[in-house]
Amino acid sequence: MTFDPKTIRQKFPILERKMNGHPLVYFDNASTTQKPLSVINAVSDYYKNHNANVHRGVHTLSQNSTDLYEGARKTVANFINADPKEIVFTSGTTEAINLVAMTFGRRNILKEDEMIISVAEHHSNLVPWQMLSALTGMTIRVIPVTDKGEFDIEAYKNLLSEKTRLVAITHMSNTLGTINPIKEIIKLAHENNTLVLIDGAQATPHINLDMQDLNADFYCFSGHKMYGPTGIGVLYGKDEILSEMIPYKGGGDMIERVTLERSDYKNSPYKFEAGTPNIAGAIGLAEAIKFLQETSLQEIQKHENELLEHATKELQKIEGIRIIGEAKNKGPVLSFTAHNPKTSASIHPYDIGTLLDKYGIAVRTGQHCTEPLMDYFKIPGTVRISFACYNTLEEIDTFIEALKKNLALLS
Amino acid sequence: MTKTINQIQDEIIKEFELFDNWEDRYEHLINLGQELPPLPKKLKTEDTLVPGCQSKVWLHISSQNATLHLQGQSDALITSGLLALILRIFNNQPPKEIQNAELYFIDRIKLAEHLSQTRANGLYSIIQRIKDYTIKC
Repeated sequence: MTFDPKTIRQKFPILERKMNGHPLVYFDNASTTQKPLSVINAVSDYYKNHNANVHRGVHTLSQNSTDLYEGARKTVANFINADPKEIVFTSGTTEAINLVAMTFGRRNILKEDEMIISVAEHHSNLVPWQMLSALTGMTIRVIPVTDKGEFDIEAYKNLLSEKTRLVAITHMSNTLGTINPIKEIIKLAHENNTLVLIDGAQATPHINLDMQDLNADFYCFSGHKMYGPTGIGVLYGKDEILSEMIPYKGGGDMIERVTLERSDYKNSPYKFEAGTPNIAGAIGLAEAIKFLQETSLQEIQKHENELLEHATKELQKIEGIRIIGEAKNKGPVLSFTAHNPKTSASIHPYDIGTLLDKYGIAVRTGQHCTEPLMDYFKIPGTVRISFACYNTLEEIDTFIEALKKNLALLS
Repeated sequence: MTKTINQIQDEIIKEFELFDNWEDRYEHLINLGQELPPLPKKLKTEDTLVPGCQSKVWLHISSQNATLHLQGQSDALITSGLLALILRIFNNQPPKEIQNAELYFIDRIKLAEHLSQTRANGLYSIIQRIKDYTIKC
């Protein structure tokens, strides 16, 4: 079946909505994607027909619910070519990174040690490490990006040393769209006996993943950015590493045996999933993965590249627009700033975003949780448009027309 | 004599009634923003910066002769326009009147969307900061 965004759109009920009298043009997919009906139905069906707590009930319904939850774990594992025991369900990428920081990090990245991140990291791949640094006294080293927003591999090589315990890098920048050469990054780190955590929040809805091929030690992602529900995410960790790690939250369902004096933990991934998990979320995520596989990630990527190319070309035609992030290898994220070509006065992203909303166009404005990167480029923020499989070339044309009108109003 | 808060609000409502579509209403708001006199550099400090806004907003508040004196600036035009309206309403008013004021004009000029806390434009924070100041008066 050929890829047709118009057919795909019919699977997303929210896209039928009108915003401020205009058909909704949703270009804020890097924040969160919309959900296909199959995902919405899976979540609702779980509560209607299968709801019971997992792992502990002897009754059929609980076993039913456990099967669905563990089935979701298998679906995730297959999706990234990993073993189900290497899949820890978390609330999202943020929790996954915090988990690694607070367990692996607290034991292994100590006072004299260093770790490496890049200047383009989302705050969720920066703040947990700053918190860890405050606890253990370890040092965070930062790789710059090039003017085009590409990963500076030479600077990275220079920062790797015998002190480096961990490299934590995004697969795809949420602000610049840059797809980092993570395979090479991982290879270089491993040659240095350093482990690697990849923040895959942005990459998962666009790029085929194979953990055996990538060889990442940790890979984190969120359900809601890949057509799944909010509040569910994944920490992938190599079995031998997860097995060595201690849990960071205690509670029910993560213990083998408890006395008042001590507890014996279950094996991973269960020792990391204290308390009742987000069962419906995991089931919804598995359904989102089915949607991605049925639609074909290759086809999605091809279509999104076309959207990115078209939007880039059209934006470049507008006087006063500066695209931030011009890497060769980019995902469908496009950040830009604007200024009045006559006076050179900059036009605030907030003003542009507010007026685009009047045309029913949803974009993101501001710093995109990457404040150090904004400081690095010396800009207060950008307007960011980001695409998903259901966006169309026509929507980009609608956006460009609205943007031109708005820039005239603001100039 | 100084007009009351509600008299000024009613004036603003009338002014915006002249426009029958959002483009013109926003154009007027943007013009008001452009006309807002810039805040002297020395008043743009960490203290006058209002947090919670996506754009930068500085607000300098002082009191004299039992009334409030407000000066402000934003780096975004729409926020500047909203700020200009707020300053027009609250400037030279007694703190007590400001404290008790109900800002109904925002809804009536069809800009109520800006009052939402999630809007990140800081209108809510601006009003809150002024009201907080009046409590100290």
